[in-house]
Amino acid sequence: MTRVMNCPDPSPAAPARRTFFTQAGVGVALLALAPGVRLVDLALARAEDEPVTSANRWGLLIDTDKCQSGCDECVSACNEEHGIVGHGRPETDAQWIRKVDLKDDQTGHELSIPVLCQHCEEPPCVDVCPTGASFRRDDGIVLVDKHICIGCRYCMMACPFQARSFIHEELTGQRTHAPRGKGTVESCTLCVHRVDKGEQPACVEACQREGHDALVFGDLNDAEDQLTKLTRASATRELRPELKLNTSVRYTRF
Amino acid sequence: MLHGLTRTGGMIRSLVVLFIFALSGSAGLFADVAKPQIPASRGEQCVEPVEIMRRNHFEFIVHQRDLTVHQGIRTKRHSLAGCIDCHSTETAAGQYLPVNAEGEFCQTCHTYAAVKIDCFSCHAAVPTEKISQSP
Repeated sequence: MTRVMNCPDPSPAAPARRTFFTQAGVGVALLALAPGVRLVDLALARAEDEPVTSANRWGLLIDTDKCQSGCDECVSACNEEHGIVGHGRPETDAQWIRKVDLKDDQTGHELSIPVLCQHCEEPPCVDVCPTGASFRRDDGIVLVDKHICIGCRYCMMACPFQARSFIHEELTGQRTHAPRGKGTVESCTLCVHRVDKGEQPACVEACQREGHDALVFGDLNDAEDQLTKLTRASATRELRPELKLNTSVRYTRF
Repeated sequence: MLHGLTRTGGMIRSLVVLFIFALSGSAGLFADVAKPQIPASRGEQCVEPVEIMRRNHFEFIVHQRDLTVHQGIRTKRHSLAGCIDCHSTETAAGQYLPVNAEGEFCQTCHTYAAVKIDCFSCHAAVPTEKISQSP
């Protein structure tokens, strides 16, 4: 559906008409609800047996002014949460989130930012996956279904952010909520197991615990959410904006 | 000629198979394959009747796995983590034995049936957190 909406429309009158019908539809839906009941409330209070819907779109805002150089609490928290252990081979060891230090040679301004799966609305990793293992959940979280991943690593080639890792070694000691195994590709899940329980990702919690508050997690579709208020109030940008991926992870003061 | 030979060979083979079956019935030729000794489980009752689970447990697990991964449905009734919660043996020292270790719940039947389990190359085979307090 999103794809159709994004297609360039030959007739300039068509989008306006479509918008009108969409808005009219929403109006009717709101009228049909009982007084005092809001659609947003219904979407947030998801029962355990209800599927995720596009009513939510989970995202992350990274404040580059607050992110401290030399601090990698988000990285350690992620490794701890998912049982990620290195094998002394930095080039191939799994890495779901990493700290990147940047310097503007002209001005000498330095930045330190975490880079992770950007949870694109139009994810290149999903486009290239030959089996459908790489997919985007209805609530915007991009995941790998390791049951059907064949380990071809096309997605790793396609990702502009180098956010994905391949597991080369047989693993032991996995955590119950984070199954990981040899021969499959993996990347940040936005702590989907926590999000499904209404909790925040481990990296966000760690950043708050350190008192830096550089990471804010929330629902980009909820106008009352802290994340949405922050992104509305100040300029934010996505990495590689020219690719028009519409990422759910955004950076501010950058 | 060739056709005739093949047919004779086939008949002889059938007779041999019949003979073995007859033997196994009367003299218990396969009796030395011990039935699996399934370790006791925690919890009062399984989520489905035992006969249904023996035949269809994988249908339940595969169905649940797709719902969980793609739709975020995390009901506990047919979750693999729930199986492991009840079916991993707890030692006197308070340690859990992996369900895919020799003689343990999953492995004992799978050895008997000669079916390889692939779940535990990725999934934890011991409970690392309690998830099925109320199945």
